[in-house]
Amino acid sequence: MDAWHFTEMPYPYIPPHDQIDSMRVTLPNKLFDPKLGHELYNRYLDEYVIADELGLNIMVNEHHSSVVCVNAAAPLSLAILARQTKNARLLILGNPVANRDDPIRIAEEMAMIDCISGGRVECGMVRGVTYEVFASNANPTQTNERLWEGIDMVTRAWTEHEGAFSYEGKFWHKRAINIWPRPYQQPRPRIWITGTNDKENIKKVAREGHVFATFLSPYENVRKIFDLYRENYVSNGLPGGMAFMPLVYTADTDEEALKGADEIAWYLRTKSPAQFRNPPGYVGLEFNVNALKGTFTGRTDAIRAQGLEYLREQGVIIAGTPDSVIKQIKRLYDLVGGFDHFLMMQQAGFLDHKRTVASMTKFAKEVYPAIRELPSSHCARMQSAVQAAAQ
Amino acid sequence: MRKRPRKSLMSQTLKIEDAEIEVLRLGAGPPIVLLESEEQLERDLPFVAELAKSHDIIIPSPIGFGRSNRPDWVTNMDDISYLYLDMLRLLNISKATLVGFSLGGWIAAEMATKNDTHFKNLILVDPYGVKHGGPTDSDIADIWVLPQAEVTRRKWCDPANGKRDFASMPEEQLYIIARNTETFAKYCWNPYMHNPKLKKRLHGITIPAHLIWGAQDGIVDVAYGEKYRAAIPGATMTIIPEAAHLPHIERPDAFLRDLRNHI
Repeated sequence: MDAWHFTEMPYPYIPPHDQIDSMRVTLPNKLFDPKLGHELYNRYLDEYVIADELGLNIMVNEHHSSVVCVNAAAPLSLAILARQTKNARLLILGNPVANRDDPIRIAEEMAMIDCISGGRVECGMVRGVTYEVFASNANPTQTNERLWEGIDMVTRAWTEHEGAFSYEGKFWHKRAINIWPRPYQQPRPRIWITGTNDKENIKKVAREGHVFATFLSPYENVRKIFDLYRENYVSNGLPGGMAFMPLVYTADTDEEALKGADEIAWYLRTKSPAQFRNPPGYVGLEFNVNALKGTFTGRTDAIRAQGLEYLREQGVIIAGTPDSVIKQIKRLYDLVGGFDHFLMMQQAGFLDHKRTVASMTKFAKEVYPAIRELPSSHCARMQSAVQAAAQ
Repeated sequence: MRKRPRKSLMSQTLKIEDAEIEVLRLGAGPPIVLLESEEQLERDLPFVAELAKSHDIIIPSPIGFGRSNRPDWVTNMDDISYLYLDMLRLLNISKATLVGFSLGGWIAAEMATKNDTHFKNLILVDPYGVKHGGPTDSDIADIWVLPQAEVTRRKWCDPANGKRDFASMPEEQLYIIARNTETFAKYCWNPYMHNPKLKKRLHGITIPAHLIWGAQDGIVDVAYGEKYRAAIPGATMTIIPEAAHLPHIERPDAFLRDLRNHI
């Protein structure tokens, strides 16, 4: 199993919830202090460099108009880390292709970073959460279709090498697609795609053989969607697999670990008004029919409102002493039927540099060696068989 | 013309290429093509039954609304208005009064700019569809960014008029409502609630046009309506007091009186 350090790069210095309407979309950016921002960006990048030195892999993501994540252009931070790190795999999870104006630009950015890093890019492609359609103005009824057309364009741009070609799709028309550079990894970097509720999309990710990732879901739900992925998986020639992200804090005592986890759980206690959580057409009709009936309570809001102990029992928080964290990961691994990538939100909210690095270090030195050898999923093994047969 | 008037709404499905358009008919007499608002609140209102005593009322559902199907290629009001013009030709309707409410008003304006030979006259009630101002002017209040309570306040003079009892509706009706909301966003998210070309096409409307506007409409205000009116040659406008975006629901008597004066 591979472990990945992750922070959304939050800007937490905002007024209390009762004094603001939203932490996303509409919060005035006069509340952003650029000097503080300068310190925060450099601090978070330092922590990624430390993750590399500790032998961990790296995951970045992006959001827009949000204090929860000010990594507003993730390819930029990934490019910096391509130069400043040596060994870590560099996962961007992901490029919001459904919300961006030009998928070919994404193909170029990723190919460049792949070349600079010597083939360390793991390329996420995401539909984007509900809030994102306000900043991007992508039509919320079409983000799924845009995601898949964008992936098709990027994949072709990476893998067609015989000169310029045209693409006339539903959403994008491009002529003379012929990216220089092409990716360092041949035939192309792996694609990762996220999901939680949309079963059809999870099946499609599996049938296309991409890596599937899900975040902060209770283990019973993770089991269901990982099973769905396993059942539908078809190899595309590159290793598939499954990834899960909980909040993670490792410390010398359970008390200290829960205190750290509680600070990271700032991420679960964000505030956004209803109109930004459910733009029209983002979720399926049945969800909105239930909303009209008053039986729709929001995706994971109910789970997230629970206490730390409950969240730890559900696998949404993994926190404790190194021995306890090893046990929690192995329990989760068994409960969800195995997975390949342990994505760790090890920093959020006001959790400071010193305590973030303390937890990362303890994890890397005392936990990671014990979980590294957990067998890779059925999908990765299936891939090995494909490769063996080909040789 | 039918000899016997239709006493209740009759439904038929009209197929044009792969589009299947639900068309409701009521009454008999000179035709009125009635294009509903995005919530399709009009079909059961008393004024429709009242008009049907002396008119043939034709109420189609746009693609993706009501029981019309939703072929993928239909993405904007251009597509809808061309389909509706095809529909009128197939139904052999001429000399009709074309009345549109809110989103339906936008569709009616689009149809009249493309081909107004089917129509005797045009009546628009608080329509969307045109952008008058500059890039940072919010001509049309953003119903997808404003809090729901604020949208309600802007849409209704008395918010009680907008209350709908979803809990007692059958499942099928709720699916239609949810799909209407979704389709509305598919067509109107970007560009927001307007066709950038329409403003430069309105001059071509040659039939008599009349606008009816709710004095307190906070989604598209009276000043917006005045500019809309000025863009259509010879158009007139009546402002209905104590009404917001849907004056025909909030002030039905005043609305029907004015409508009758202009049919």
